[in-house]
Amino acid sequence: MKIGTPKEVETGEARVAMTPDSARQLQKLGYDCIIQSGAGEAAGFSDALYEEAGVQVVKTADTLWKNADVVAKVRPPREAEVKKMREGQLLISFFYPASNEALMKQAADLGASVIAMDMVPRISRAQKMDALSSMANIAGYRAVIEAGNNFGRFFTGQVTAAGKVPPAKVLVVGAGVAGLAAIGTSTSLGAITYAFDVRPEVAEQVESMGAEFVYLDFEEEQQDGAATGGYASVSSPEFREAQLKKFRELAPDMDIVITTALIPNREAPELWTEDMVKAMKPGSVIVDLAAERGGNCKMTVKDEKIVTDNGVTIVGYTDFPSRMAAQSSTLYSTNIRHMMTDLTPEKDGTVNHNMEDDVIRGATIAHAKAVTFPPPPPKVQAIAAQKKEKPKELTPEEKKAKEAAAFKAQTKSQITMLAIGGALMALLGLVAPPSFMQHFIVFVLSCFIGFQVIWNVSHSLHTPLMAVTNAISGIIVLGAVLQIGSSNGIVVFLSTIAVLVATINIVGGFLVTRRMLAMFQKS
Amino acid sequence: MFGDQFVTAAAITASVLFILSLGGLSGQESAKRAVWYGIVGMALAVVFTVFGPGIDNFAFLLIAMAVGAAAGAVVAKRVEMTEMPQLVAALHSFVGLAAVFVGLNAEMERLRVAGALREAGIACEGAISAIACAVNAGQPDLFKEFQGFAYKVATKIPSEIAFLKIEVVLGIFIGAVTFTGSVIAFGKLAGKVDGKPFQLPGGHMLNAGAAFASLLLAVIYMVYGGMFPLILITILALFIGYHLIMGIGGADMPVVVSMLNSYSGWAAAAIGFTLSNDLLIVTGALVGSSGAILSYIMCKAMNRAFVSVILGGFGGASGPQMAVEGEQIAIDADGVAAALEDADSVIIIPGYGMAVAQAQQNVAELTRRLRAKGKTVRFAIHPVAGRLPGHMNVLLAEAKVPYDIVLEMDEINEDFPETDVAIVIGSNDIVNPAAQDDPNSPIAGMPVLECWKAKQVFVSKRGQGTGYSGIENPLFYKENTRMFYGDAKASVGELLNRIS
Repeated sequence: MKIGTPKEVETGEARVAMTPDSARQLQKLGYDCIIQSGAGEAAGFSDALYEEAGVQVVKTADTLWKNADVVAKVRPPREAEVKKMREGQLLISFFYPASNEALMKQAADLGASVIAMDMVPRISRAQKMDALSSMANIAGYRAVIEAGNNFGRFFTGQVTAAGKVPPAKVLVVGAGVAGLAAIGTSTSLGAITYAFDVRPEVAEQVESMGAEFVYLDFEEEQQDGAATGGYASVSSPEFREAQLKKFRELAPDMDIVITTALIPNREAPELWTEDMVKAMKPGSVIVDLAAERGGNCKMTVKDEKIVTDNGVTIVGYTDFPSRMAAQSSTLYSTNIRHMMTDLTPEKDGTVNHNMEDDVIRGATIAHAKAVTFPPPPPKVQAIAAQKKEKPKELTPEEKKAKEAAAFKAQTKSQITMLAIGGALMALLGLVAPPSFMQHFIVFVLSCFIGFQVIWNVSHSLHTPLMAVTNAISGIIVLGAVLQIGSSNGIVVFLSTIAVLVATINIVGGFLVTRRMLAMFQKS
Repeated sequence: MFGDQFVTAAAITASVLFILSLGGLSGQESAKRAVWYGIVGMALAVVFTVFGPGIDNFAFLLIAMAVGAAAGAVVAKRVEMTEMPQLVAALHSFVGLAAVFVGLNAEMERLRVAGALREAGIACEGAISAIACAVNAGQPDLFKEFQGFAYKVATKIPSEIAFLKIEVVLGIFIGAVTFTGSVIAFGKLAGKVDGKPFQLPGGHMLNAGAAFASLLLAVIYMVYGGMFPLILITILALFIGYHLIMGIGGADMPVVVSMLNSYSGWAAAAIGFTLSNDLLIVTGALVGSSGAILSYIMCKAMNRAFVSVILGGFGGASGPQMAVEGEQIAIDADGVAAALEDADSVIIIPGYGMAVAQAQQNVAELTRRLRAKGKTVRFAIHPVAGRLPGHMNVLLAEAKVPYDIVLEMDEINEDFPETDVAIVIGSNDIVNPAAQDDPNSPIAGMPVLECWKAKQVFVSKRGQGTGYSGIENPLFYKENTRMFYGDAKASVGELLNRIS
């Protein structure tokens, strides 16, 4: 079968869904690849590079749509593009089915199948094809770079001959994939980074990236990200108030604010209000990654960069991934390639559209002349549910009481053991001859010495320990030596064998121990 | 010729030297001195006993010792460090065998003494020894010809003879179990016997039956004496040793070998009682307790009861186990090499697979190269890694990995979160996060190396199979885990080609 990628028709879209590298991998799956001439130009991949990778380059989009059995794209198709589709053809692209229902219906009626890359379920097996995450990662990175571009100072603090430069303070609101990428970029540029998220369980991730998590003084059962597939959900009005209050407190201090808060299928929540913008210092920068959905700041203008009256720059671009087309094309085409790998279990170059598979089912929005959106909930949960019960902290008194009880129990068991042992000894003393009891003392004391001594042996020397105990248990040779003088032939014979094997033990054991110990070297 | 008191003096010195020799193993440097204490102690004990009172047949003695010493020296020199578990098991079997022979001899000597009395027509009455009987009957020279142990038996009073019989039975029983058990353990470790648990129909009931029959025979022997019940007990004990160890799987061998180590000590102690020899008792008790402690440490490291290990098989799961989510992602040598080049700190977790693949030299070379680049490279050793307590340490020492970078589980487990790369080579259950996360897992509660907390984990493994316990390992499915498939030696060799 043939996989084809047309040139993106959206103006300003620089990404491409197939790179020469991904084409090589797709060919390994048994597919032939075709591409429309100039499709990769804006992302830095020339037609020649594609040809070198064995991709057939065709002139027009029409030929491409006609020839390809599978079409891989970035942006959702335009109506004109959907019209070019035919029965049995498979389209893989972003689709946003909730807002493109007409197109989805149209494609389904044609009998074509559509896999929406934005509908890939968020389960760990599907991470390699989670294009939203890979694009969000780029957006987060680019947001910091864009902010730096519009920010008149260093990120990192410096003490120079010409004076001291304070480090920039960056606040990242929303610690999803984009937020975490922004945090990582910002901390590595040297800024002091703060981060906020409504899901308190991400605090650990935030702190692991080197940022400081902004906690709210808020007493309420905080929401559990696991119930919503790892995404944030709508918060209560009280919580929102507490959150805005905290932001108001932070606003005058922050040099750069990057907002990434989105709730699935809803308008972006307003988190950075006008009065906060007014409170910020001139020269500060706000990058609103939620601009596409109305923005986390209501002053944001979609796809534009504006400067407010008090000198705060607000960046409302929505095409961050496209601004880094080479990187985002590489990642997106890899996501597509992984999707194709899952669709081609036999590696024979034919698509096996398995609707039983959670990932494929979830991402498919049109198949076999039917609209298959929204998908049923996936069988496995995206992330582990939060552990609710926490072991109770013990007060010092309770701890003390517990220790005392444990000590008491230990004393009790020791005394019981000693009493039983003593009674057994007394019983033994009743019947045993005195010579036996003398040897028995030696035996019991040796056991005690043995336990004391062996506990101190280093774990790393356990093998030499076994070898040396092997050697000294060859002491049984003494028993045979004492018997070998017998005038009974069988006794002499058995003793001789016993001497022989016991000597092997002694000599072999000691020599091998020495050999081993000599190997242990300090660096 | 040395007198009795000289022999006893030598025995006291030897006991002290043995204790010092075991105590010295607390550190690598003192251990090198300590082994000499053991050698000197053993030489003293043997020389003074051989030249002590009542020893004869020097020709047999010297030949047997010379042959044994030569064989021991050859074995010690030739053995590969990966074969240490087999060697240790084989040496245990020798102790068991010697104990059985010495025990059987003791009974024969006792019968000889009783026979001499009977032949002379002396009826022995009351709590007096055979010699006293003979003196009373006016034949003080009856036991003149008896030497060594036989003479000692003749001096024993009836209650001492009764205890002697108990000691003989114990010595023979434990010795015989140790002998066949160790032979089977040797066979399993050397791959000559199938490592899978195997049991005859009837399972542990057979063992219990054999043990019960031995007890009955022991009572018969106590009452009537004679070789026949003793030989039967020997055969039954040999069977128990065989069947018990056949029923235990390969990965439980650390416990089995330590247990047999312990048994060989107890057998020696029982024989010491038989012969009224304190040095044998002391040494046997030292070895016995050493083996017992090692078994305890091993069981603790697997969070399993000693009895359940010995009776074989894992305790069944107590509920549905957590489903493993995700997939195993493979990586090639280039990827691993690149990650190692970027890493500052590396922890390597070796397991039995490293020993099987003989990969320790390559691993050591990799360690040297990485350390030469200024990276921190350390080894994390789980107590039950390998087939013998401390097995990994010896293998790494052989490959000249300095011992101060080889750390125990408790020393290093907290360092994983700050580690860039963790490499798991041929281990499985000891790095299984299910032991902590899944209360229904058969290994729940077993202490494990938390390598998944490292930023990146590479697992060198032959294929996708599960480990010895047959438990899925969620580690292989973690996001930060990459599977580096292939033979461990070849895989690490590939890395060496890429890292100079």
